[in-house]
Amino acid sequence: MKKMTGAQALIESLEQEKVEVIFGISGGALLPIHEVLCDSNIRHILARHEQGAAHAAEGYARASGRAGVCMATSGPGATNIVTGLANAYLDSSPLIALTGQVNTKSANTSYMIGRDAFQEADIIGITTPITKYNCQVKSPAEIPKAVKTTFHIATTGRPGPALIDFPKDTQTGKAEMDFSDNLKIRGFKPNTEPHPVQVKKAVKLLLGAERPMILAGGGVIISNASPELLQLAELLMMPVATTFMGKSCFPENHLLSMGNIGMHGTMLANIMILEADVLLAVGTRFQDRSTGNLDSFCPDAKIIHIDIDAAEIGKNVEVDVPIVADAKPTLSLIRQQLVHKIKKQEDTPWIKQVKEAKEKFLSEMDLGKCELSSPKLLRELRRLLPENAIVTTEVGQNQMWAALHFQAIKPRTFISSGGLGTMGFGFPAAIGAKVACPTCPVVDIAGDGSFRMTEQELGTSVTEDIPVIVVILNNSMLGMVAQWQRLFYGGRYAGVKLGNVPDFAKLAQAYGAEGVRIGSMKEFSDAMKKALKTEVTTVIDVPICPEDDVWPMVPPSKGLKDTIRGV
Amino acid sequence: MSKEHSHIISTIVEHKPGVLYTVSNLFRRRGFNIENISVGPAEEVGLARMTIMVRGDDRTIEQVIKQLNKLIDVIKVTRLNPEHSVTRELALVKVNAVNTKARSDIINYADIFRARVVDVSPDSLMMELTGTSDKIDAFINLMKPFGVKEVARTGKTALSRGAKSIIIDD
Repeated sequence: MKKMTGAQALIESLEQEKVEVIFGISGGALLPIHEVLCDSNIRHILARHEQGAAHAAEGYARASGRAGVCMATSGPGATNIVTGLANAYLDSSPLIALTGQVNTKSANTSYMIGRDAFQEADIIGITTPITKYNCQVKSPAEIPKAVKTTFHIATTGRPGPALIDFPKDTQTGKAEMDFSDNLKIRGFKPNTEPHPVQVKKAVKLLLGAERPMILAGGGVIISNASPELLQLAELLMMPVATTFMGKSCFPENHLLSMGNIGMHGTMLANIMILEADVLLAVGTRFQDRSTGNLDSFCPDAKIIHIDIDAAEIGKNVEVDVPIVADAKPTLSLIRQQLVHKIKKQEDTPWIKQVKEAKEKFLSEMDLGKCELSSPKLLRELRRLLPENAIVTTEVGQNQMWAALHFQAIKPRTFISSGGLGTMGFGFPAAIGAKVACPTCPVVDIAGDGSFRMTEQELGTSVTEDIPVIVVILNNSMLGMVAQWQRLFYGGRYAGVKLGNVPDFAKLAQAYGAEGVRIGSMKEFSDAMKKALKTEVTTVIDVPICPEDDVWPMVPPSKGLKDTIRGV
Repeated sequence: MSKEHSHIISTIVEHKPGVLYTVSNLFRRRGFNIENISVGPAEEVGLARMTIMVRGDDRTIEQVIKQLNKLIDVIKVTRLNPEHSVTRELALVKVNAVNTKARSDIINYADIFRARVVDVSPDSLMMELTGTSDKIDAFINLMKPFGVKEVARTGKTALSRGAKSIIIDD
């Protein structure tokens, strides 16, 4: 037991959790914490907007596999991180938010919270539906246990965002602090080991399958199960399709990679998954953007569903063999049981069919007519970047083109807002990923609309020395909405034209970053090569054809079988 | 899709501020309907029992249970089989009793329903009644001709029959 202030206890607890960095913005209700943070080894990265801080912390978490921490003051500071929490909730990221709060008591009343004090917001009430766990500290002595509990919950089982709210007087008050390790949370006991009976059933189905296929989701990345996935896929020669969140869990330059399924999945994945007679789905929630209309999703397949979250089993799709467990030990166990019973499959009729389909669909992919089409640019970008480079994306056409045309090879190298679809996520997430992996090049594939939403973080990247590269696929429009207006609303544009402002190269330069607008593929390659060697953030503004569509596409409410190649 | 009907879900939760908000918010957010809910301290200090009646098909109820289980403050969730559990509700019913005839009729009905008179004023009677919801509905219907002034019902609460109990893990 040690006597200290709540703020000191918080910082000591964070050090025990091996936190290296906090992304945040200070404020009145955080002053006592910042006073202690100054003397700590934990780095505080000053963001320019709390939303940027939250996304940066999530980028850090997803690149590193560890908890990302952001901090914001009471009231508007706290409400500005709400989008970041909602994003982390839908993408199952271990994001931890620390918020300041007004005093629990004032000098002349027994309570302060609840009296609509200056910069008071009910952040617990606001964030309850979008956090895995949240709590408000009522006295300084609760802080060590609150931090330990929150980190444990956010990072264990299916990860998710969590928030701790610190009233200012709990930061300044002193107490005997207990940092002991014994943690008992009666309502939280995630199951990680698969049930042997279920594994046996899965093995039996896979052994009898003629056209087995894997659908791998973000859970594979979270569980670090990529090696196990690859081994199992190669043993049975099972083609692997990924969900959008699963992108990068399986090397996309592998023979068995089918690419993403979904609304903007590859023709190959969308068509081949419907052929499967046994589908091994792992770490996915069968979200509507992935499956399309459920009536025609894999109607003839027996489905094995591995997920650590029991509530995902049967939520969207009824399955034949549910396995509630961590992906890594489960895939490993399935392989162990198969390896004695089967010889490596090389030339099954199914694999022949898959190879032929892959050849056909890849040769037919639409790369656009302009010289500077997004598909061509993204393929060139892949050629220029090493395999360990991390790519983040914004949301919209840029994101879907990146999913289709930028091959991800190593896990955790493709970071994007999949569930919530948060425009403005990519740039701060890139900053966070760069902090987590300082030796990897980090590129944000952006659209001009999305980049504008968090572009102020150029200030953060320059002053904090966190160099990343932003490639803006600039069509001066909210491109995805415009695409839908072209396709489904008679081509009438409404609320999508952004105009040719600002000059992004000058904007970057105004922040002390490098900025360049390019006009040809050669200039793009040169600019990228230069940016990879430069020690400051570079913004590369690429004018693309303003009315290019993302193809293929599953029209709204249609099934994967209705994927259209283009018009 | 299976047919919709009412289900009784008995949960043990941490007895602390905000837990009712967390649970009811889950129902709102995921579009599940609470028919009624009753909360009170459970057998162990620091824990409360929430009895929730939900309407839905089997798949919906399975989701309700799984989603409840994900809440950190929820320790145990059980679905009670209506045939093997006791379900009760308590009601307070205030009825006009302006003359002696009305008063004695009301008291006669109350006796049949094993309701107790708990408050008497010159113009009204208040009865306390426990039982199944059907019984309480029937009693209130009988009182209508006299003029029902106020009704307060607790909502259903329930426990499974027999020696078996919900085991609360440590």
